[in-house]
Amino acid sequence: MIPGQKQLTNMEELLEGIWKQNPVFVMVLGMCPVLAVSVSAMNAISMGLATTFVLVGSTLLVSLLRSVIPKEVRIATYIVIIATFVTVVDYLIQAISLAVYDALGAFIQLIVVNCIILGRAEAHASKNPPLRSVLNALGMGAGFTLGLFALGAVREILGAGKLFGVALFGPDFQPWVVMVLPPGGFFVLGSWLLLFNWLNSRKTDAAQAKPVEGHAHV
Amino acid sequence: MTEATLQPATPSAAMIRTLGLVATVCGVLIVTAYEGTLDAVNANKKLALERAVFKVIPGAAKVDEYFATPAGIQPAATGTPEGGVKFYAAYDQAGTLKGIAAEGAGKGYADTVRILYAYDPARQVVTGFGVVAMRETPGIGDKIYTDPAFLKNFEALDVKLSADLKSLANAVKVVKHGSKQNAWEIDAIAGATVTSKAVGRGINDSAQKLLPLLVPNLEKLNAAPQSRVSAFPPIAKGGEGGFEAAPTPSSTQNPPQPPFTKGGSDLASPRQEASS
Repeated sequence: MIPGQKQLTNMEELLEGIWKQNPVFVMVLGMCPVLAVSVSAMNAISMGLATTFVLVGSTLLVSLLRSVIPKEVRIATYIVIIATFVTVVDYLIQAISLAVYDALGAFIQLIVVNCIILGRAEAHASKNPPLRSVLNALGMGAGFTLGLFALGAVREILGAGKLFGVALFGPDFQPWVVMVLPPGGFFVLGSWLLLFNWLNSRKTDAAQAKPVEGHAHV
Repeated sequence: MTEATLQPATPSAAMIRTLGLVATVCGVLIVTAYEGTLDAVNANKKLALERAVFKVIPGAAKVDEYFATPAGIQPAATGTPEGGVKFYAAYDQAGTLKGIAAEGAGKGYADTVRILYAYDPARQVVTGFGVVAMRETPGIGDKIYTDPAFLKNFEALDVKLSADLKSLANAVKVVKHGSKQNAWEIDAIAGATVTSKAVGRGINDSAQKLLPLLVPNLEKLNAAPQSRVSAFPPIAKGGEGGFEAAPTPSSTQNPPQPPFTKGGSDLASPRQEASS
């Protein structure tokens, strides 16, 4: 634990990635798969789960080995571990559904360069015991999945008029095709970030408002 | 962690030991995952192939893989022959040949468009196609399997062989939207010409290679189906987005068309010579 930082409870550790440090909306990490595979809710969730698997597996291993990994070769070690879990998840997805595998394409292999995973290994798993690391990774994975789903659902609804492949609006709906194209990814991501930043700034304003008022009276 | 940076470097032996340990653990993990999923992956691939074939050849119940070579046709189970062209023979429950499916590929707008098309040997026409893999623009390129007018081209696309059985009598051509005149032409989708052309080129290239090798040997397929009953019943349901087949609504109901049946009878005599 970093000195000076308040010790989090296990629950807080888990929730950290889902809300306060959400990888997509707060840390804005791993944008490449976020923009690329979020064309449908199903793809988004598959990608989120695959990333969560790699995240949990690699942080667990890194955390278990944290005392024997010399700092000089830690990045190399992390990459080997992460690449291993990416390979495993690659096989697993092929075994579960080839349709999903084809839809995600190269982005499964590209999980290896997702900075959330290396970031978690370096910033958290290498300094924390296995249970806490796994909880944190689970939270981060859930937060990433949630972020992807938020994009994927919006893009699928607007771009195809469907959610999870189920048509929502009937035959007269004219799909907003740009939403499933790359520009749509940026539009939707931008809108979500706007919302989160607005919520955030409103909260900080509210927190600052009282002391400022107090000063005005003095 | 911050004090550690000031301390002397870790000895090389320790680093090598750690990396070796990690590599071993990871190697074991990968091999375990590979071995553990291999059967499921192969079953999935076979299932995906059968679904794809069943979709372009309605009524089919089992699929056999073959290679067509200059020396004749042989089942794919016996190995990949040199210069062989792979195709799939689809049979119904009774073991009658329902059609031939083969893969074709053409350069599309974004990437290669890989398709699987159905060939009806009796009429010498292509009766439908499905997309195996493509990265075309959603909403534009994917019209090739949603646009009903485009799919109409594949109800009976003429691919009959020339008299010498060396090539197609008329190469499959993609023409500008609205200018289709012959049975071997494909009317392109306005706005998705490149993808339309990829489909046409895919069918043409594959048919030019496959049909001269296949047609002289068709009788063998009719006579001796490898009665390997499929473990998977035909599934009508669409995939999650990987394989999207072109619906072939009327391909089976189409009555045999006179010009093509005539072409078929013309081939009867040379077929005997070529197969010997």
